[in-house]
Amino acid sequence: MTNVVPLKTPPALAVKDLTTGLKIRGIWHQAVRGVSFEVMPRETVALVGESGCGKSLTAMSIMGLLPAKVGKVLSGSVTVDGREVVGLPEREFEGLRGNLVSMIFQEPMTSLNPVLPVGFQIAETLRRHRGLDGAAARAEVLRLMNRVQIPASARRIDDYPHQFSGGMRQRVMIAMAVACRPKVLLADEPTTALDVTIQAQVLNLIAELQAEDGMAVLFITHNLGVVASIASRVVVMYGGDVVETAPVDDFFQRPSHPYSAALLKSVPRADRRPDSLEPIPGQVPTLFQMPDGCRFQSRCAHVMEVCTRRPPLLPGGGRPDHQMRCWLGRPEGGL
Amino acid sequence: MLRFVALRLVMALPTLWAVLSLVFVLVRIVPGDPALVILGDQATEQALVALRHRMGLDVPLWDQYLQFMAAVLQGDLGISMVRNRPVWGEVATVLPYTLELTFVGIFLGVLMGLPLGVLAAQHRGGWIDAVARWTSLLGLSFPAFISGILMLLLLAVELPWFPVIGNAPFANPPAHLRALVLPALNLGFIMVAYVARVTRSGMLASLSEDYIRTARAKGVPARLVVWRHALRNALIPVVTVVGLYFGILIGNSVLTEIVFNRPGLGKLIVGALNDRDYTMLQGLMVIYALVVVGANLATDLAYGAVDPRIRVR
Repeated sequence: MTNVVPLKTPPALAVKDLTTGLKIRGIWHQAVRGVSFEVMPRETVALVGESGCGKSLTAMSIMGLLPAKVGKVLSGSVTVDGREVVGLPEREFEGLRGNLVSMIFQEPMTSLNPVLPVGFQIAETLRRHRGLDGAAARAEVLRLMNRVQIPASARRIDDYPHQFSGGMRQRVMIAMAVACRPKVLLADEPTTALDVTIQAQVLNLIAELQAEDGMAVLFITHNLGVVASIASRVVVMYGGDVVETAPVDDFFQRPSHPYSAALLKSVPRADRRPDSLEPIPGQVPTLFQMPDGCRFQSRCAHVMEVCTRRPPLLPGGGRPDHQMRCWLGRPEGGL
Repeated sequence: MLRFVALRLVMALPTLWAVLSLVFVLVRIVPGDPALVILGDQATEQALVALRHRMGLDVPLWDQYLQFMAAVLQGDLGISMVRNRPVWGEVATVLPYTLELTFVGIFLGVLMGLPLGVLAAQHRGGWIDAVARWTSLLGLSFPAFISGILMLLLLAVELPWFPVIGNAPFANPPAHLRALVLPALNLGFIMVAYVARVTRSGMLASLSEDYIRTARAKGVPARLVVWRHALRNALIPVVTVVGLYFGILIGNSVLTEIVFNRPGLGKLIVGALNDRDYTMLQGLMVIYALVVVGANLATDLAYGAVDPRIRVR
């Protein structure tokens, strides 16, 4: 049921029924519940949703970087390049991070260590996973800095992060992340903090590297414009649930879940009058107030009695690989 | 780098000038006539006038001030009123002992305080955190003369591991170091308290920074994440504390020297106070001011070594 399209190659990243708990005031809450999706080699999948919907927590679960003691994967499975990583001992996980699966973050200004030279920080990945040291590591760092188009890399290799602009720092982050040619790159809003022109450059750079190394990219964003330009599939999250998953063109033409539809209507467009914007009323409920059943019911225009029960993944849009978690999708209950 | 040091030294000049002026004024507003103090109340008026003249006290205050400043600028701190020997010579013979004690004390304090603070932050709320908290509390609450006496009772009298009093000359290193252990530990104990607390809070802050997440995302082993990525950033406030408390430690080394009967500035100060040796006190204050200004300069340079963002090129 979940994979209707027959797969020729195994996915680089497969997340299946991932449920991640957060402990808040002594009680465990399901902040990510039953999330499933796959990313193929060379494919870019966009993970979309409002702040607090569980996008970043999903990425942190994949990376094994959940906050100690207050966050943990409660159930489900994550395989990277065929290897199960849920429940992996920390020592073994260290060997995979930066090697098989890498991550770049939203804040290039704070994501680099201010007291270590950038070259050293890039070399750390190489030393850890490829055993490179000294001159060999330095040569490889220079190659990577050139690859991510940092000008005058030979002169700048020993510079510190504060001597770089935001865009250049994000390039350093990318150089670090791709140093060991990972199979999977998790990009958590990597362009949100950058100027629009720099955004495009960074997106292009990621796409180039992806084409060269065949990485699978999970691109976390709330910018639907970015989604349209880079992703082949979209996974929409709301309140810890995957509410819709679709090929990108089908998603923009036939958004099926009421939340996705509302999300698209709330994006400003140059060809529409500004007063045609329809913000989604209210905000994402906190984990304490999360309703049973469908978690969008408190803000949904189509709320029905059945919404107090949690909807399964049902067909949406028109294509078989377009699914949504809404009762509107059941054969007898359509609009 | 050299330019930075030169600049800082130039910037220290107003501070030194202010300290010198304050010292000059303080010594002059102390009630009583230094000549009378030195010669006693049986002295003849003739003798008093002669001494005042020899000490330069019979010229207008403004002239005295200029003469004093001129002398200090030439490195002349005057002649001890009581010992009748140059103040600078007296200070120079004992200064190495005080500096040695202070530096070894700071070194021991940092050596113990840093790991304690790091472990306390890493195991926040655990037993090692509690140990660190109690050590800090004890270190901060005990005056140096109490902890010194307790240490003597325990480690020199009950368990005769270390000499009770005295000091061996630099020429005899084993005995010299053995005599240094307890006084330096006594000072270090105070430093441990400050360093452990500041390290702990600095580590708690830096461990929650984004770059720690980045380091972990690269697969950097947990040990290196803590000791390389987090500690380097937590060191900045530690440098501040060490620099700030250098002056306090010099003060505590005075107490420690007296408890352990070591030569040093401490004994010199107490002697000068008892003898009303104004020129000696004046000279000692100038020396202290110089040491503190030097410590501040060293602190500023250390910042640059720790944090590239404030490094001067």
